[in-house]
Amino acid sequence: MTLITALGCSAALLLISIASVLLRRFSGRNALVYAATLAVSLLSLACGIEALLVSPAGSPTLSLPLGVPWLHTHFRLDALSSLFLAIISWGGVSSSLFALGYGRHESSPERILPFFPLFLAGMIWVVLADDAYVFLFGWEIMSLASWALVVSHHREEENIRAGHLYLTMAAIGAFTLLLAFGLLASAGGGYLFSSIRASALSPRLAGAVLLLTTIGAGSKAGLFPLHAWLPLAHPAAPSHVSALMSGVMTKVAIYGFIRIVFDLLGPPSWEGSLPLLLLGGVTAVLGVLYALMQHDLKRLLAYHTVENIGIIFIGLGLALAFSANRIPWAAALSLTAALFHTINHSLFKGLLFLGSGSVLEATGEREMDKLGGLIHRMPGTTVAFLLGSVAISGLPPLNGFASEWLTFQAILVSPNLPQWALKFLIVAVGALLALSAALAAACFVKAFGVSFLGRPRTSAAAEARETDPWSLSALFANAFFCLLAGLFPGQVVNALGPVVQELAGQALPRQSLPFWEPMIPIAQNRSSYDAFLLFVLIAFAGLMIAGLVRGIGFRPIRRSPAWDCGYPDPSPATQYTSPSLAQPIRRVYASSLFGAREAVESSPPGDPRPARISVKMRDPAWEGLYLPIARIVSFLADRLNPMQFLTIRRYLLLVFLLLVFLLLLLSLWI
Amino acid sequence: MNTIGFDVAHLLSGSLVLVSFILLYQDRVFALLHMFTFHALVLSFSVAWQAFVQDAPHLYITAAIALIFKALLIPIVLRRIVVQLRIHQVLETVGGIGPTMLAGMALVALSLVVTLRTTHAGDRLSREDLAFALAVILLGMLMIVTRRNAISQIIGFMSLENGLILAAAGAKGMPLVVEISVAFAVLIAFIVIGIFLFRIRERFDTVDTLVVERFRGERR
Repeated sequence: MTLITALGCSAALLLISIASVLLRRFSGRNALVYAATLAVSLLSLACGIEALLVSPAGSPTLSLPLGVPWLHTHFRLDALSSLFLAIISWGGVSSSLFALGYGRHESSPERILPFFPLFLAGMIWVVLADDAYVFLFGWEIMSLASWALVVSHHREEENIRAGHLYLTMAAIGAFTLLLAFGLLASAGGGYLFSSIRASALSPRLAGAVLLLTTIGAGSKAGLFPLHAWLPLAHPAAPSHVSALMSGVMTKVAIYGFIRIVFDLLGPPSWEGSLPLLLLGGVTAVLGVLYALMQHDLKRLLAYHTVENIGIIFIGLGLALAFSANRIPWAAALSLTAALFHTINHSLFKGLLFLGSGSVLEATGEREMDKLGGLIHRMPGTTVAFLLGSVAISGLPPLNGFASEWLTFQAILVSPNLPQWALKFLIVAVGALLALSAALAAACFVKAFGVSFLGRPRTSAAAEARETDPWSLSALFANAFFCLLAGLFPGQVVNALGPVVQELAGQALPRQSLPFWEPMIPIAQNRSSYDAFLLFVLIAFAGLMIAGLVRGIGFRPIRRSPAWDCGYPDPSPATQYTSPSLAQPIRRVYASSLFGAREAVESSPPGDPRPARISVKMRDPAWEGLYLPIARIVSFLADRLNPMQFLTIRRYLLLVFLLLVFLLLLLSLWI
Repeated sequence: MNTIGFDVAHLLSGSLVLVSFILLYQDRVFALLHMFTFHALVLSFSVAWQAFVQDAPHLYITAAIALIFKALLIPIVLRRIVVQLRIHQVLETVGGIGPTMLAGMALVALSLVVTLRTTHAGDRLSREDLAFALAVILLGMLMIVTRRNAISQIIGFMSLENGLILAAAGAKGMPLVVEISVAFAVLIAFIVIGIFLFRIRERFDTVDTLVVERFRGERR
């Protein structure tokens, strides 16, 4: 029943998409479309939660006579699907709630309204799919609809470029996934997931499938070095779509990876976890370093998605290593950590992107160096954004800490692994993870401090208005769930139990239900985390310090200029800017990694022009991977150019020679 | 499979390859047309023999189609075109006859090696048949790429198509619909090419495709 309802929801989303085109002349269609999407998303959220929490045992299947003739389309709702269905639906709920207010200011809604519900429907099909056709169909709908949303503001050159890059990467990703499914189906002779599951691949083919899936799903999720499209495309879309792309679409990619590698591929080999762990660690650190170097708020958030994908992939790599070595409890721990972080990231990244949307709407600015002092003008947005920043920085008692703590617990049990390569690598990856967590905190000190604290740097920031109640309620709903998941991590772990049971063969020990009890992933004497106690402690200490300061310090509230080091300066330009706040970190890490070079141009004496400091950086992913490929392609294209101007007889000759060559190959091969 | 059935089938499809070779070095239009007629005749005999051996009556229809269209209709029409266009002059082959014949032999060897190695499962008759059919197809292609005159390119194409029919007749269980549709496709291609021939001739006073290429600016 839940499956049918969920499918009905996706069909309803499709209808909304069509209706939004038909209702072109209707003035209230913006509100209508988003309200309808909101209602449908709520229903499918209920389906996901019902399937995950209330009746986790059954995994209903359904086959419909749709699509290719004689081949039915197959759907299934197991625990993993229902978890991701819930994540997608929550993304739909919060971003359509936000868009009820935000979408009113959209200049060309006809470019967004049809694709927004379609995007959600595509993602729902991916997670409900029970055969490769439906999976790839949903995947492509998701890619194409989101591409249309990325280029919705097509007048800007940058968006077109982002859309082009995104389309290219999406095509490569879909192609590799297609190949992966082809290999998977080759053993069992069918594209049904159940027949793929029943068959076993040879180790070499399984390695090939793992590689192809890592490229296909990793490029969608934003794994280094396939992330290049993500920081361009995610910010280019309208903010509620950015929230969906960053918070939800990357999770669908994670779902695809888990579905193929942990469910369909069969027993893993430990070597497969090496590249995953390495890529995860590198992605986490490089993602956050990239983010630190940004001064565009939305682009900073997009790079942070890359970092969090790295953290999730570390968890998945650990789970693969543990389950290859038949240590199911540790595999369950790592998988729980990865899934928990997936939930968390979709919550706080949704919140932060929506918050950046509010700021964008209020000021018209994405550049942090043109913001500042928004805490006075937009207190609600500021509080929600602060909560999201604390959560993404991995600070207790919010949810980011809980999942990163679980990941660290999984890293700490890695000495149980027999392979020395893994033992060494995982320690190194743990160090990378710790580094990325610290840098993430620094990054959000910068993002929050520069945008919301201090004095406004431009008149746009000074005249910002608090955003509308719809948007605020979406922000606070996300913030509330961040806090809830952070305070009661044990309950989230319990809810993830069926999913982990299904994939790792064992779940974490059931956490005791009273909320003040600590979360114990392995054993009581080993480690435990009592979020609620910590929260009470932090709240108590905070209140006490506030009281003491109020009591002992100056009684009347004084407003004084912020960050002026005792020298009142009329210009807000003297405040810390985002590059200046990141400068120490840039000097330590980026000079070698990104080749960052600072140059000071001071004008000669007597010249009234101001001195300038400029920073030049190179992107290792672009220079190491994309540009060489582009050079090779353009070299080959140049060489092949004369081929366009041959005579028909020469073309026939070429075909003939190729045929002879292939026949020769065939006769030599066999 | 009785021995005589196999031997005659072998003989007929072998003759088809032989006639393909003869086509390859004909340098006069009418001789080429006569050889092509003979090619089609051998094909229809071969297909009819297959029908008899395999006891498949629908192959008789294929043989009849080959006889009527390939051995009668197309040669007659082509002959009329040649007369109308007044192109009875000596054709020239690109690359000379000797190298072409050597290349043709290499192609026959290749097709034998490929087919006999890849089709262990099939019975002897259809394996031999396929090998010869592949050889005829490759020789037809060789003819298309070595000739410059549009008429001989058409004939190369037609002989290639004969090879396809031979392969189709050798493969048991090939439905008649496929053969008929292939035959019609060839007929339509023939009509289209014929019209083009007239157009080329009208415009350039010759059917030598070199002139067309020169006109397109492709040969400098």
